[in-house]
Amino acid sequence: MTTVAELPAGFADKVLSAQSTFRSVMDAMARPGSVQRVTASVGAPDGMMRGAAAIALTLFDHDTPIWLDAAMSATPDVAKWLKFHASAPVVADSSIASFALIGDAKNLPALDRFAFGSNEYPDRSTTLILQVESLTQGPTFEVKGPGIDGTALLQATLQPRDLFQRLTINEALFPRGIDVVLVHDDLIVAIPRTTRLVASGA
Amino acid sequence: MNAPAYNFAYLDEQTKRMIRRAILKAIAIPGYQVPFASREMPMPYGWGTGGVQVTAAILGPQDVLKVIDQGSDDTTNAISIRKFFGKTAGVATTTATSDATVIQTRHRIPEAPLHAGQVLVYQVPIPEPLRFLEPRETETRRMHALAEYGLMHVKLYEDIARFGHIATSYAYPVKVNARYVMDPSPTPKFDNPKMDNCPALQLFGAGREKRIYAIPPHTDVVSLDFEDHPFTRYRFDAPCALCGAGDSYLDEIVTDDKGGRMFVCSDTDYCESRQLAGHRGSESAAPHKERAHG
Repeated sequence: MTTVAELPAGFADKVLSAQSTFRSVMDAMARPGSVQRVTASVGAPDGMMRGAAAIALTLFDHDTPIWLDAAMSATPDVAKWLKFHASAPVVADSSIASFALIGDAKNLPALDRFAFGSNEYPDRSTTLILQVESLTQGPTFEVKGPGIDGTALLQATLQPRDLFQRLTINEALFPRGIDVVLVHDDLIVAIPRTTRLVASGA
Repeated sequence: MNAPAYNFAYLDEQTKRMIRRAILKAIAIPGYQVPFASREMPMPYGWGTGGVQVTAAILGPQDVLKVIDQGSDDTTNAISIRKFFGKTAGVATTTATSDATVIQTRHRIPEAPLHAGQVLVYQVPIPEPLRFLEPRETETRRMHALAEYGLMHVKLYEDIARFGHIATSYAYPVKVNARYVMDPSPTPKFDNPKMDNCPALQLFGAGREKRIYAIPPHTDVVSLDFEDHPFTRYRFDAPCALCGAGDSYLDEIVTDDKGGRMFVCSDTDYCESRQLAGHRGSESAAPHKERAHG
């Protein structure tokens, strides 16, 4: 049996770290495309970025089934860490997951494998947490929608390359849909289901 | 400072996580009422249990909290909620709208313009705008799913047929982001235009009805109306008797039993800061008006 001592730590200060991380996520969600920083000090298992680990400890618990992609479940580290620190059940069926942790965003499964919610309960959808290459460098994406004054510019190196194209399903599905949180190291950007791509450049 | 028996900001961490998840969904689906497992709070329903839970879930030690009740910082409800968070979270409190990072409000939006980085938390008694038209939750839920809001327009039309104008003066229904019809909580309709394209994040908590909803910053919020009966704001046609403001929402105060009345700003912070800046109304206790006794 693996001993608990081998697991990376969670938050140094559970209460206030979760609060500050939540405010970063809330600001990100309320201002899509804006880059927010997770300031809390947090331990993370191999393969999980600091930002993703902090979000997990802030939002996951026994009420939220978690789906891990192949990269996250390559070793049992992530699942074990989640179970110990968040008591979150890791499920194999992505369509019942509250959150999906995507370590290898290039191989993001088709979005219809996740929950979109129903027209009566659009909140019963999966939130994707996507680890990406960069949220400060790369092509520019111009986005608009609630939370954005006019349009906002996001410079990021995203996988899959056609992420925004795939997210256009949100337009037809609304109010059902998929909310995405992009993570790189301790930076996060949220793309809720109301955000639309206006233009993308090099 | 923190009473040792309580967690920071009173609520336990599991409850905060549950509320936080609901807030994120509410922001992602503007105007949609997200069900949440509302807890009992150490105050009665109707005193802002929903708003208090939302505030408790977002509040951090760096925040500066302002609480208003019908625009006033000085009523029992506002003072007790402010003290509650001063005690359980040790946060700084203020009455100045511009200094606050989190403003919990009961039935008013401050007169001073809100700015980015502020969060306005509304206390909501009945979150469902269609509830008095259709009592069944299953039906109203389906109406929202289908964006079937004809009934609300019929209600506004009946106002016009009966009174000649839309007589709804508070909790005036709005459409958020061209999709969900939403109850702005019982704010006077005077405040409705302030919700549109507001730079601050607006969160709504209904404790008894167990719903959280939100308006992200810079979101279209349109008050429902008709082409030939456009939405209008309403305000008593008088200046504030204390600060002389001609643009603020006014409370009517009966001063005697002979029909005497005065009108004063409902937003006490707005009124006081105007008085500090030297503005005077007809009834203000300005120094030059006081007579020395004896």
